[in-house]
Amino acid sequence: MTGRLAAFWRSFAENRGAVLGLGVMGVLIVLAVLADVLALHSPIEQFRSNFLTPPAWQAGGDWAFPLGTDDVGRDILSRLIHGARLSLVIGFSVVALSLATGTVLGLTAAFAGGVVDVAIMRLMDIVLVFPSLLLAIVIVAILGPGMFNAMLAVAIVTLPGYTRLSRASALSELARDYVTATRAAGASTRRLMFDTVLPNCLAPLIVQASLGFSTAILDAAALGFLGLGAQPPTPEWGTMLAGALQYYQRAWWVLAFPGFAILATVLAFNLFGDGLRDALDPKLKR
Amino acid sequence: MQAREVRRHYPVGGGLLGRRGVVKAVDGVSFTLARGTTLAVVGESGCGKSTLARMAALLEPPSDGDLLLGGQPTATVTDAERRRMRLGVQMVFQNPYGSLNPRKTIGAILEEPLLINAHGTPAERRAAVRAMMDRVGLRQDQFDRYPHMFSGGQRQRIAIARALMLNPGVVVADEPVSALDVSIQAQVLNLMMDLQDEFYLAYLFISHDLSVVRHIAAEVMVMYCGRPVEHGPKAGIFAAPRHPYTRMLLAATPSVDPARRKLAVSIKGELPSPLNPPPGCAFASRCPHATARCTAERPEPRPVGGHLVACHHAEAI
Repeated sequence: MTGRLAAFWRSFAENRGAVLGLGVMGVLIVLAVLADVLALHSPIEQFRSNFLTPPAWQAGGDWAFPLGTDDVGRDILSRLIHGARLSLVIGFSVVALSLATGTVLGLTAAFAGGVVDVAIMRLMDIVLVFPSLLLAIVIVAILGPGMFNAMLAVAIVTLPGYTRLSRASALSELARDYVTATRAAGASTRRLMFDTVLPNCLAPLIVQASLGFSTAILDAAALGFLGLGAQPPTPEWGTMLAGALQYYQRAWWVLAFPGFAILATVLAFNLFGDGLRDALDPKLKR
Repeated sequence: MQAREVRRHYPVGGGLLGRRGVVKAVDGVSFTLARGTTLAVVGESGCGKSTLARMAALLEPPSDGDLLLGGQPTATVTDAERRRMRLGVQMVFQNPYGSLNPRKTIGAILEEPLLINAHGTPAERRAAVRAMMDRVGLRQDQFDRYPHMFSGGQRQRIAIARALMLNPGVVVADEPVSALDVSIQAQVLNLMMDLQDEFYLAYLFISHDLSVVRHIAAEVMVMYCGRPVEHGPKAGIFAAPRHPYTRMLLAATPSVDPARRKLAVSIKGELPSPLNPPPGCAFASRCPHATARCTAERPEPRPVGGHLVACHHAEAI
C-alpha cells in the first residue's frame, strides 16, 4: 500500500503547479486553523482613529495594520485570515453536501434505470440549463440571504456534475463481471451500490470534488459580493469586496487584498485538482 | 437442475421512431443436469450461450418456460425464496480481469459471499477462506494481495474459489478458460474436475472450444441461433455427429495429429438475423443438405442414434 502511495506521489510531484497549489492549500489550512492566534486583531474590531489606513510600507502606513484598514477601521490582514477559515468551511461544506447527494442520486439513477433514471437525469439537465450563478441568486432570493443559504444554493448548482459523473462511472462498473458475481452471492442492492460499485468510481469523483472546491469558494464569494451571501460584519472575502467597492479610487488595498486572496485560493485548488486528475488517470500516464 | 423449454426474448428498438422487434436469444432449451456431471454448451458467438448461462444462474428470469432447482420451480416462488435458491448456483466468468473487484483483497473477495449471507464468526469465515485457498492452489501469503498482482490463471483460481465459498450444487462456467493460455487452460480445467469430484458439483460449462469440451464434458449440447441442434452424451456427439452443423464444427477443430486432420468443410454464408429468423431450420441457409422442407418447416429435436437432433435429414446424413 505504501508503495502505491509513493508511486502516486511521484506522478503527482511531476506537476510543479500541483505541488505549488498543494503548498498554498497547506498555508491556507494553517491560517484557518490558527486564525485566532495569528490574527493581530479581532476581525470585527473597529479602530476609530484608523479609517482607511494604507498598508504599512506606504506613506501614512502603520505596522499595527500590515495590510491597512478598511472604511470602518478594521484590520484587513486579520479579516483576511479569518476569511480563510470561512472560505475553507464554505468550500468543504458545499463539496461534501453536493458530493454526497450527487453520488447517491447518480448511483440510484444507474442502478434503478428506467423512469427513475430519466427523472433524475432530466432534473439535473434542468439545473444545468441555467447559468450557475444566476440560479444560485434565484435560490438565495427565495431562501433569503445568509451564509448558510448561499452554501445550500451553491451546493444545488454544482449537484449535476457529481450526479452525472457518478452515474456514468457506476454504469460502466455495473457491466463488469465482479458486480454480477457479488449479486450472485446474494448481495443486496444497497451493498452493491456502496460497497462494490462506489469504491471503484471514486477516482473521478475525488478530482471533481477538488476542482469543485474552488468553484464553491468562488460562487460563495460572488454571492457575498452581491450581498446575498455572508452578511457584514462577517469577514468573508466576497462580502469584504462588496463593502469596499466605493473606495476603489482612494484606497486600493481595501479591494486588492481580498481579491488577491480569492484569486490565490481558487488558483491553488484548481492546480491541485488538475495535478490530482493527471496522477489518478492512468490514461494520461506516460 | 432441470430446464424445461426455457426461452429468453429481448425486445429491441422501439425508440421514438424505430419499429419494435424481438430478439429470441434463447428459444426453447431443455436439459437435465445432475450433480457430479458436466453439461457443455457449445456454439458460435451470439448463439445464446451466455444468455442461457445468466438464466441458469437465476440472474435473469426466463421469458417463458421454467427452470427447476432440486425439483423446485424457480419462476413461481417468491422473490426472497428465489434469492435463497440463487445461492445454490454460482458463476465463473470468462474474463478473469473483470470478474474480481480491483479494490478488494483476495481474502475479502473470498470472504464476501459468507459475509453477505452471515455465515459464521469472522474467525470461522477466515478459516473457511484459507481452507478454500489451499484447495484451489493459492498460497496463504496471498490472502492480503490485490487482484492486479495476479496472473490470469491465478485470478481464475480465485474466481472458482469464490464460486465455491457458498457450497453451491451447480456452477455455471461461462467460457472459464477461453481467456487463458493453453498451458494454463489445462491446469484450470483439471482443477475444476478435481473440485467436481470433491464437492459433487454439477457444471453447466459454456464454451466455443471443442477440445476443451472433449476434455471436461459428460454431455454436450450444441446450440445454433438460440436453439439446441444436437444434444447427447459426449462420446456419441464426437464420434457420430448427426446434425450438419455439429459436423462442421467438429471438422473445424484444429488437430495436432496429422492423421486426424480432415479436409475442412468451411461453413458458408452468414448467421440469419436473430431479429427476423427464417420460418424453417435456422441453419438451412448455410447447410449443404438443405431441402425445401428445411426452409419451410422447423425441425424439432428428436432422438436419433442415442441423442437428440433437430434436423429433418438426421438419418440420411
